[in-house]
This record gives sequence, C-alpha cells and structure tokens, in this order.
Amino acid sequence: MARTAQDNGIDHVIDVGTAGGHTPSEYWKWSFSQALDSEDGVLNHRPHGDPITKTFRPGWQSRGDSFIVKVPEGPDNDTDNNGSNTMKKLIAASLVALSLGVSGLASAEPIKVGMITTLSGGGAGLGIDVRDGFMLALKKAGNSEIEVVIEDDGQKPELAVQIADKMIQSDQVDILTGIIWSNLAMAVVPSAVAQGKFYLSPNAGPSALAGAQCHENYFNVAWQNDNLHEAMGQYANQDYKKTFIMAPNYPAGTDALTGFKRFYKGELAGEIYTQVGQTDYAAEIAQIRASGADSVFFFLPGGMGIAFMKQYAQSDVGIPIMGPGFSLSQDILAAVGDAALGVKNSSQWNKDIDNEANKAFVAAFQAEYGRLPSLYASQGYDTANLILSAAAKASVKDADAFRAALKEADFESVRGDFEFGNNNHPIQTIYVREVIKDNGGLTNKIIGTAFEKHQDAYAADCGMK
Amino acid sequence: MTISRETAINVTLALILLAMPFLALQLGKPFYVTLATRMAILGLAAVGLNLALGLGGLVSFGHAAFFGVGGYAAGILASHAFAGQPLNLGLFALPGTNQMLVVWSVAVLAGGLLAAAIGVISLRTSGVYFIMITLAFAQMTYYFAISWPAYGGEDGLSITIRNVVPGINTLIPINYFLVCYALLLTALLIFALIRGSRFGAALQASRQNKLRVASIGIAPFRIGLVAFIISGMITALSGALYADLNRFVSPSMLSWHMSGELIIIVVLGGVGRLWGPVAGAMLFVVFEFVLGGLTERWQFFLGLALLAVVLFARGGLVGFLAGRMRHG
Amino acid sequence: MQTALFIEQVLNGLQLGVMLFLMAAGLTLIFGVMGLINLAHGSLYMVGAFACATVAAATGSFWLGLAASLAAAAAAGAIIEILVIRRLYERDHLDQVLATFALILIFSEGTRWLFGSFPLYLDIPPLLRGTVPIPGGSRYQLYRLAIIGVGVAVAVGLFLLISKTRLGMRIRAGESDREMIGALGVDIRTLYTVVFALGAALAGLAGALVGALQSVQVGMGEPVLILAFVVIVIGGIGSIKGALVGALLVGLVDTMGRFLLPQLFGLLMNPSQAGLVGGALASMLIYIVMAVILWVRPQGLFAARG
Repeated sequence: MARTAQDNGIDHVIDVGTAGGHTPSEYWKWSFSQALDSEDGVLNHRPHGDPITKTFRPGWQSRGDSFIVKVPEGPDNDTDNNGSNTMKKLIAASLVALSLGVSGLASAEPIKVGMITTLSGGGAGLGIDVRDGFMLALKKAGNSEIEVVIEDDGQKPELAVQIADKMIQSDQVDILTGIIWSNLAMAVVPSAVAQGKFYLSPNAGPSALAGAQCHENYFNVAWQNDNLHEAMGQYANQDYKKTFIMAPNYPAGTDALTGFKRFYKGELAGEIYTQVGQTDYAAEIAQIRASGADSVFFFLPGGMGIAFMKQYAQSDVGIPIMGPGFSLSQDILAAVGDAALGVKNSSQWNKDIDNEANKAFVAAFQAEYGRLPSLYASQGYDTANLILSAAAKASVKDADAFRAALKEADFESVRGDFEFGNNNHPIQTIYVREVIKDNGGLTNKIIGTAFEKHQDAYAADCGMK
Repeated sequence: MTISRETAINVTLALILLAMPFLALQLGKPFYVTLATRMAILGLAAVGLNLALGLGGLVSFGHAAFFGVGGYAAGILASHAFAGQPLNLGLFALPGTNQMLVVWSVAVLAGGLLAAAIGVISLRTSGVYFIMITLAFAQMTYYFAISWPAYGGEDGLSITIRNVVPGINTLIPINYFLVCYALLLTALLIFALIRGSRFGAALQASRQNKLRVASIGIAPFRIGLVAFIISGMITALSGALYADLNRFVSPSMLSWHMSGELIIIVVLGGVGRLWGPVAGAMLFVVFEFVLGGLTERWQFFLGLALLAVVLFARGGLVGFLAGRMRHG
Repeated sequence: MQTALFIEQVLNGLQLGVMLFLMAAGLTLIFGVMGLINLAHGSLYMVGAFACATVAAATGSFWLGLAASLAAAAAAGAIIEILVIRRLYERDHLDQVLATFALILIFSEGTRWLFGSFPLYLDIPPLLRGTVPIPGGSRYQLYRLAIIGVGVAVAVGLFLLISKTRLGMRIRAGESDREMIGALGVDIRTLYTVVFALGAALAGLAGALVGALQSVQVGMGEPVLILAFVVIVIGGIGSIKGALVGALLVGLVDTMGRFLLPQLFGLLMNPSQAGLVGGALASMLIYIVMAVILWVRPQGLFAARG
C-alpha cells in the first residue's frame, strides 16, 4: 500500500501507488475524474476511500511550519542544500545514537507522531500517564526530530475517529499512537493502518486486532487484552480450587473472564457480569460471601475497581482476591488505600524489575513528574523508545524498512526482554505482583512469574508470519 | 413581502456550508471536507429534533436513541453484507446490504418504529416527565447496546467498507459530503412543508395550548405522536449517515451526552427556525474543533459559552442575526 | 444460607434506595418549590465527595470532612443559584436543562483542573468499620447500616422541617402560590437561595457518604443523577414522600434484579450465558419499571404538581 517517497529536495510527496505528486488543483481535478469511476478496483479494497486525500502532502516548504527547519534528508537521499540542516541532523543523529547506544549509521528522518489519548473525563489518568511516559522517553533521548501532536479523545470513539482523520489528512502524521481503550482502538486502528500509517498501541489490545484483523502496520507495545487475565488464571492453579470470577458486561470484560478460564483448571464458584460503570457492589459481595469460594478474580477497571476493593475490604469477607495489574496500578492504589494491601495481581512490568533501563525510567519519571510511574507510563515510555530505535535504523518514509526496524524491537525495554510475535504483539514475561506498603505509600512488588515468553492465543488466527 | 432577513441568512448559511469543502480542497486541507460532512449530518439530526422540539414543544432528551438506532442499522446491515450472512429477524430473514438506499430505508423504518413505541408511552406525560422518560428510554437502548455481544457491545461495530450509492463513489469525501448535503436539504424541505401545512399549524398550536387544540376537535396526542415519529425517522437517517462517515458505530451514539449535544445544537442555532439546527451544528463542530485543538480543558469553555447563550442570547445564532420570529 | 443471602440483598437494596433518596430529595424539593429542573445536582454530589476527601486527608478526620462536604456543597449551591439558576426560574424547561447541562461541563472540568485527574482516597471512619451479625447467620457492614440510619433521619428531618417550622411553612406556601407569598412580604429571593442550598447540601452529604464506599473521581455524579431522576419521576416530581417511595423501589428493584435475574436465567441456560443475559436485563430493569409506572400513572405515584 503506501510506499513512499520521492524526495526531490524540494517537495515531499507520499503516494499510495495510484498517483504521483499532485498540486492542490490537480488533486481537485483528480478527485472528480475518480468520482465518475465509481467501480474503481483500487478504491474498493481500500475501505476508507479517497487514497489521495488521505495521503496527499503539499510541499512542506510552503507551509511555514516549524518543522521545516528540522527536516534532514533520509539515507536514500543525500541532496542537502542547506548547511544548517546538515548540522542539526548531525547533532540530532548523534543524540539518538548516544541515547540508544546504537553505533553505526543512524538515519534521522523527521517523524511526525499523532497521539490520540484520553486527557479529560473519568479515564484521564491513564492517558496522562501514557503521554507523560512517552514524552519522558523523547526528552531523555534529547530527540528533536520527532514532533508529537497530542489531542484529547475524551474517551469518545467518534471524537477519536475525527481526530485520527485530522491527524492523517491535515497534520500528515507518520505514526499514530496513544489510544487507551479497546473500543476506541477498534474505531481508529483498522482505517489508520489501511491508509498506510503506522499504529503503535501503548495500551489497548483487542483480540480482533491480534487475530484475523492483524495488520503489518499495527504494533502492540503493551499486551493483548487477555494476557494479564491468562496469567492470573495460570497463577491461581497454584493455590486455589474454587474461584469466583467477575467482570463488567462488555467485550473487554467477557474477554477477561475467557482469558482467565483459558488457563485456570479449578472449579468456578460463580461467574458474574456487572453493569458497566457500576459503583456499588454490595449485591455481588453478598453472593461471593455465600458462594463458598476460596478465591475471587475480578476485572474492574478504573473507578469500578476502586469501589469494589474498598467495599470488599469493608465487608470483612476474608476470601483472598486477585486481579489483573490494571486494577492495582500505581495511579489508583492511593485511592484504594489499605484495602489493596496483599492483593495479588499480574503485570508485564513493575518498578522493581531489575534492569538499567527500568531503574533509569523510574528515577527520571519521579524526578520529572513527582509521582511513581504506573504500568501505563511504562508502556508509553517503551512505545516512544521503540519509535526511536526504529528511527535510528530506517527512514519512516521508507515504510518497508521502517516496519522491519520496528519489528526487530531493538530497544531497551523497561520490562527486560521484549520481542514481537508473528502478529506484532509482544512475546513477554508476565509477573505476579503483590501490593505492599513501602515508605508509607502503597506500591507493588514482584513475587513470582506466571509466564515466561508468553504469546497471546490469537496469534495463530493472524495471517502474518 | 421582500426577502426577509431570515431568508437571507438561510441562503448564506446554505452557501457557506456548501462552499466550505470545495474551498478546503482548493486550499489543500482535505480534512475540512470531513468536518463539513459532520456539520451536515449533525445538522440533519438536529433538524429531526427541531421538528419535535421547535414545532411541537416536545423536549426530547432521548433523541440519541434514534440517532444510534440509525447508526446500528447501517452497521449491522453492512456487517452482515460483509460476512455474507443474512440477518435473521425471526419471522423472516433480511439479507445484509451495503446499498445506502436500503440502509437508509431500514434506518428510517427502525427509527420510526422505535419513536412510535417510545412516543406512545412518553406522550401520555408532559413537561419534566416527558424530558425524563425520553431520557430513560434512551438509557434503556444504551444499556441494551452495551451488553449485546452479537454486535460488539461497548466495543462497537466497524463498517469495513463505506456503504455505496449507485452511480456515486461515496469513498471520495466530497461525494459523500454532497450526498449528506442533499439529504439535509431534503429534510429541510420536509420541515418547511410540515411547518406550513395544516398539520404543522395544529402541532404549533398544541405546543402553545393543548386544551384549546383539543377543544376544536384535534387530538394533541395523535399530532404529537406523528411529529415525534417523523422526528425520530429523520434523526435515525442522520445516524446511518454518521455511522458511514466514521465507518464505526458504538453505544456512545446512544448516550445521554449525545442527546444533550443534539439539544445544544438546536438551541445554539435557534429553536424552531428552519436553518437553526444547521447553524447550530456548524457552530458546535467549529467550537469543538477549534477549542479542542487549543486546550484540553475545552469542555469547560464549551460550558461557559453554552451558559452565555442560554442566559443572554435567546433565539440562538439565527435568532440573534435575524431578530425576533415573526410568529412564535 | 439462601435466606441469609436474601436478607442481605434486601438490606443492600434498602441502602441503595436510601442513598438515592438523599439525591432525589434535594432534586424534588428544588423542583417542587421553584419549578426548576437541575441537571447539575450530580455535580453538587461530586463537590461534596471531593470536599470530604480533601478535608479528611488534610485533618485525618472523616467527621470534619463530612461537615466540610455539607458546607462546600451548600456554598456551591448558593453561588450557582445566585449567579445562574436565579435567572432560569421564569424560563421554560428547555433552557433549564441546557443551562444546568452547561454547569455539569463547567463543574467536571473545573474539578479536574483543581484536583487533577487521579481519583482521591476516602475511607470510612474507624468508628463505623467492621460488620455486625444479621438474622440468618450472615454479617452486614456497619457503615451501610449507618447510611440507612442517616437516610431515615434525613427523611424524618425533612418531614419535620416542612410541616413544623417557619421555613417549611414558607416552602409549602411557595409550592402552592409563588406570587402570593411574595405579596405577603416574604423575601422570595432569599427563600429560593436557601432551598437550593439545602438541596445542594443533601446532595453533598450523599456524595461524602458514598465517596467512602466508592471512588472519588470526576464524573462520579452522572450515573447517580440519572437514577435520581428516575426516582423522582416514579415518585411524582415535587413530592418528598414520592421520592422516598421511588428511591426504595428503585434501590430494591435494581439490587434484586442484579441478584435474581442471572439465577433465573440459570435455570434455562449455562451459567456464563445466564450471567450475560441476566446482567443485560438487570441493567435495563429500572427503566422498564419506570415505563410501566408512567404508563399507568403518567404523573408518577404521588404527583405534587404537574
């Protein structure tokens, strides 16, 4: 699909193989001639239409944007008629090389990243953590070649789609990232990647995008949605025979319980689906108490989880509970309070994972923002570092080379080993953590490993190798 | 009578909205075509609401239900067409389709049926009860959509390929805009015809005084119900268009925030005015887009602006520009 | 064991109902006296919870926080009444809906501006921690029993206030004839501000009490607000008695629906399916009940005025 790059030193034009460089008025004529030809085969398999509109890029020199000065040339193109550009390129390239410890020829094509994330409303905490982690990585790398456009989706799918359209058509970003919620990802990702953009997911991993709808330009830098639940199911086998499981009644909730059951071998004491956004769990807690369960697994993200854990602890039920790391991540622990103490949860990352990259990340995050990072922040940070690592190897304008560079995942992940499977989803270790008190505050500590090099269950459905 | 000020404003609005996407293409800013399409579609949804709210005085706080049902009609039919499986409705099976004309008909029909069901119960009440019961019905559809796994639940439903109209390539944004614009004009024509008809006169009279209308032998309940059904149909049609614009439907189209936004659009533009909803939609989309780009606290300022309009600029944009309504 | 579970669920339903009553009482009082429909009531609930959490975190005392929540919500209520709401009494319901919808946006985003995006911590006071035995052999959370107690006290207090005090007399007069009590020399502007602040304080109290059970975060008022509207519509708008009956009905129906429907469907299908279908139907149940009640009685159970 979108290949690029003819760069004559004056004008950047990306095309999708159907049209060359169009000036605005040429485009205008083109769209009308195409309009008459409605059964055009090229258009039909491209769902969201208008190949030119989505990919047409006016000459950047006429735009007067600040990023003009940052434009150095790609490796395949050495026509540089601007001395100061060269200088900047050199400095920037060496910074990238330094920060990543990559030696050899680093090519720094300016990259425009569009970040669509949730910065307002009840779910804003997650988006803010992803954004802060991402920006921290760029800052630490001293990279000025990557320009980031950030917009708030307000957790609304339509708004996310609108912003994605704007970023692709108007801002002409090369890479999209930032979406927190599966339903927003499902709205944005398929069309973005079909238009030849890269999408790097820093949080959501819906099963459809890992399986049948996987795509070469979609990389998940967090996890497939089921992963952490599967890990808890696996871990529960050690100690428990009769678990009560609950999740909200929506796809991520049913996926969570399916994931848990995929690895859990014991008996189920009960299975309940609660209302989305529910805040009172007295009825469910009463059922748990009466069920004779020896453990409880719950997936209740955000405020729902806070409410459940507080009420559960207050009710003196006494049956141990466990959940995925989302429900006990750093950003909500303070709000749950001591009710979270001792709760086991699964995560692919924790701040005590012993590697240099992670130590540096945790220290820098605390210094920069004055709070402990959450797993969302770690995912944002890894996403930015993945982009930096790929940018050091290939120009983003050369989609094939850049894709290959992304797939190598040649960056120092804060979770230690990190590699992509055939479906561009991580193959990674998933730990079990426990909430402890540390210096008066609540935090997580790794107590075991549920999976080594775990891959998601949908990879086989994906046609990619 | 010479051309009134309001007519002049209406013509100007129509031309601005029509010119916007073409201008955007000339300037090489194709994204604004999408924005203009959004304005036309939200305007269409609000024209539907304006019929109930502006003419009939029925403050429906549940129009998102019709908007969403239209959207789901498009999404469900397209997904069945894509998967090649017919849609089993119990009594008969409906083949999936990607033909917009069919999708629109189904959306309008579904919207009308839902409006009839909701209207029959809701119109027995009035005032605040009516506001709240329409809200409650919309919430019911919202929760239903969230917990109905067959069509994606809260994750929503993607439309892989935008539905088609014979002879027009809807994949090209400007074409799709023109399709939406044409439907908007049609709906406005219907609105104008209804407003000028005997039915419209009775509807407006029943808004002002139900008893008096009843006393001359017209049943306000039936008039209100018919208006509510037509209103629901128009809004459902816009929902189908909106789904195709975004290539995506989700329960958030059914949420009470959506109902609130539709009311905001009508009031921003001018309640009961022919082009009020369109003016409101244009203003709302610009506001959301410009402020959203400036600050992540844009909802705060949207709230302030809205408050200012309600408190100090009654009559909305069209009312502000055109002066008082001739009859009201 | 089933009996014990059943008793516990009934208590849960009552407790949810009482909490809804605290919200609905203010809402219906404001509608009854001023004829105003206030969507921003949920924001006042949020203000109460945030005030309580902030003060409790600073002083270490839940009780000071509770006092602060009453004060903060009443103050916020009085301020918006004087600045905004006052101009809406003579307007139609459409303008009221819109203006108060705008207030929701302002309050939500303003709160996030002040307190950040992360949820705050608020726990129940040590005095009310723990559980007590209930008939049937199970145990019930003391704090939830206390909430039921507060709800009963507020219901009795409101009844006494309205039927026995001078303020109550004016409120009743204001409900029946607005012009007349103005003509009799009652300062109607102050009366309205006081009533609005009283309703706001009740919402703030509910927010603080519930904040200790749930998560104190932006947007927490919206789901409760919609339930509270369902309550007053079922009960009859403007009627405190209706609000009480409606709240208990909604609380019980919602809790029992969530508890019993999946079990009912469990007789017909496998547990996982039953959980999904039952859960889906349970989330719509109160709206169905509301539709049925309004079908039979379009003005609600205890209509005070139309």
